[in-house]
Amino acid sequence: MSDKPQNIFAKLGIDTRLLGMIGALVVLWILFDFVTGGRFLTPRNIFNVSVQTASVAVMATGMVFVIVTRHIDLSVGSLLGFIGMTVAALQVHILPDILGGGHWSIWIIAAIAAVVMGAIIGAMQGWIIGYLTVPAFIVTLGGFLVYRGAMWWVTQGQTVAPLDPTFKLLGGGADGTLGETLSWGFGVLASLAAVALILMSRRRKSTLGFAVKPVWAETVLIALASGLILCFVWIMNSYPIAKGALPRIAEARGIELTDGMTLYHGVAIPVVILLVVTVVMTVVSTRTRFGRYVYATGGNPEAAELSGINTRLLTVKVFALMGALTGIASIIASARLGSVDVGLGTLDELRVIAAAVIGGTALSGGFGTIYGAVIGALIMQSLQSGMATSGVDAPLQSIVVGLVLVLAVYIDIVYRRKIGN
Amino acid sequence: MTSKTPLVEMRDMCLSFGGVRAVDHVTVDLHPGEVVGLLGHNGAGKSTLIKMLSGAYRADSGEIFINGDKVTIENPRDARAHNIETIYQTLALADNLDAASNLFLGRELVTATGMVDDDAMEAETRKIMHRLNPNFQKFSAPVSALSGGQRQSVAIARAVYFNAKILIMDEPTAALGPHETQMVSDLIQQLKSEGLGIFLIDHDVHQVMNLCDRASVMKNGKLVGTVDVDKVTDDDLLGMIILGKHPHTGEVMAG
Repeated sequence: MSDKPQNIFAKLGIDTRLLGMIGALVVLWILFDFVTGGRFLTPRNIFNVSVQTASVAVMATGMVFVIVTRHIDLSVGSLLGFIGMTVAALQVHILPDILGGGHWSIWIIAAIAAVVMGAIIGAMQGWIIGYLTVPAFIVTLGGFLVYRGAMWWVTQGQTVAPLDPTFKLLGGGADGTLGETLSWGFGVLASLAAVALILMSRRRKSTLGFAVKPVWAETVLIALASGLILCFVWIMNSYPIAKGALPRIAEARGIELTDGMTLYHGVAIPVVILLVVTVVMTVVSTRTRFGRYVYATGGNPEAAELSGINTRLLTVKVFALMGALTGIASIIASARLGSVDVGLGTLDELRVIAAAVIGGTALSGGFGTIYGAVIGALIMQSLQSGMATSGVDAPLQSIVVGLVLVLAVYIDIVYRRKIGN
Repeated sequence: MTSKTPLVEMRDMCLSFGGVRAVDHVTVDLHPGEVVGLLGHNGAGKSTLIKMLSGAYRADSGEIFINGDKVTIENPRDARAHNIETIYQTLALADNLDAASNLFLGRELVTATGMVDDDAMEAETRKIMHRLNPNFQKFSAPVSALSGGQRQSVAIARAVYFNAKILIMDEPTAALGPHETQMVSDLIQQLKSEGLGIFLIDHDVHQVMNLCDRASVMKNGKLVGTVDVDKVTDDDLLGMIILGKHPHTGEVMAG
């Protein structure tokens, strides 16, 4: 019995849902790689998918909290556009007049403005939902229209470009990466952190006399975690920079360019941002009181209230957090494109909700994980990017994504029924 | 007993929902080491009365005194600050969380860095559950996976863990089998001997006769009367509940 695969995974402490999602992702990747004749699983494509996933995945982590507390946010796409346009106008039309063009602090001010603006608007929506008790569906549906309209007002519909050069690095691209050396450093640091976390948790549990995983399981976990991180860094570090961009990148990195020399991309900055957001949001969801109250409120709002949790204020905080994350996503999305037009963020709300739901967040509330939402976003993006690479035309892409969403939720329902949730 | 200051006194409490007077000028009190039963039909107002003490409802009018001091209870946090703990009829558990998370909900143990300390909470939960329900083993499962009795013991553990002085139990044995009901009875006796005051809401006249020192009976939002249980019979109590008839004065409540 103990040799059954389920038991091995149980001993490793990896839940079947995570396993299922990773399995789906791997199948998808191999399938697309086969269909495209080996063009999918290349460093170049993996780099692009990782960058394209970042913006939606950052928002999806916040959407987990929103959905777990039995709400929904339909406004994130429009809000992303509104923030993007405002911050673009700020760094192109306003700040250069005050500080002088190309001032070093422009990107910092712009980035902070994006996050603060998102948090304030989110908090306002949360206040209407929590204190005035207007349903989130309606409030954010209103927001969906309001922000898209407000976005047009900022510049009377004109596209704003070009964005501040340093700001653009936050969107990835050949310039916006850590470079090879820093990427390795980042990978090693992340691996060490993962190992430290696993070991610390084990020590605490054993001092309290709880059962701990067998040593071999812990070793496998550590090897898996650090192996995955370093493998990703290695792939990113094998994606060469195009010849035309070499002199520019070499100068930016302070490298003397010699004949026949190749430089590689390394981990893209938006991916670093996504990883930091994922770690922070995971800690918030599992290790803070706020996170605990989010899940308790989603599981039983009345019980949460009776336990002394201020669920109204909690709603404000959840939507403020969602707004702040939309601000971060807006930085990534606008910086990646280098310009902002009135279409920025269109349909993103649906991608974000789909990512969270594919990642196992239950619309009935109470259940959902941050890593699930990030993997959900990755699945969505892989699907879209894979179909585009395989030459599937746009209408069929929509149809497939739509069907996959429904299928994923159905599988999730069956799974929950089986494990008795 | 009447010479001492009561642990809790709820004086002239009123609360209406729309046009319905759910609680209509009701006064009850509770002394340390005493169990007071609250009896009445469904809709008599006993749960509503007690929810004004636990902070779930805010009273329209009336005063609450704890150890003779007037207090304001506007929400469950206020009630907890006065060491009032409640075991709700619905248990008020977050089904998606495990026993320890429910036990400490709203009062989590944290580490030096302010992070929720799940391991320490589980250790504490193991200790108290060992005392209350030694058979309890499912510490990492969400409480939705527990049986009715196990869920009840989590709710009880939550109420007694935090040094309650005043305990409100809203039909604590409604979902339990005979063995578990006995366990709850024993626990009530033990807590009583430790000097807690307990309000016990119950349908069951027998249970009240066995466990309580006094009984306050409500009908249609009004108090029929408060009696010492050893001075009345089961039938007297039933008469109070059904007819609103006071056993000592023979007066029948209007309405």
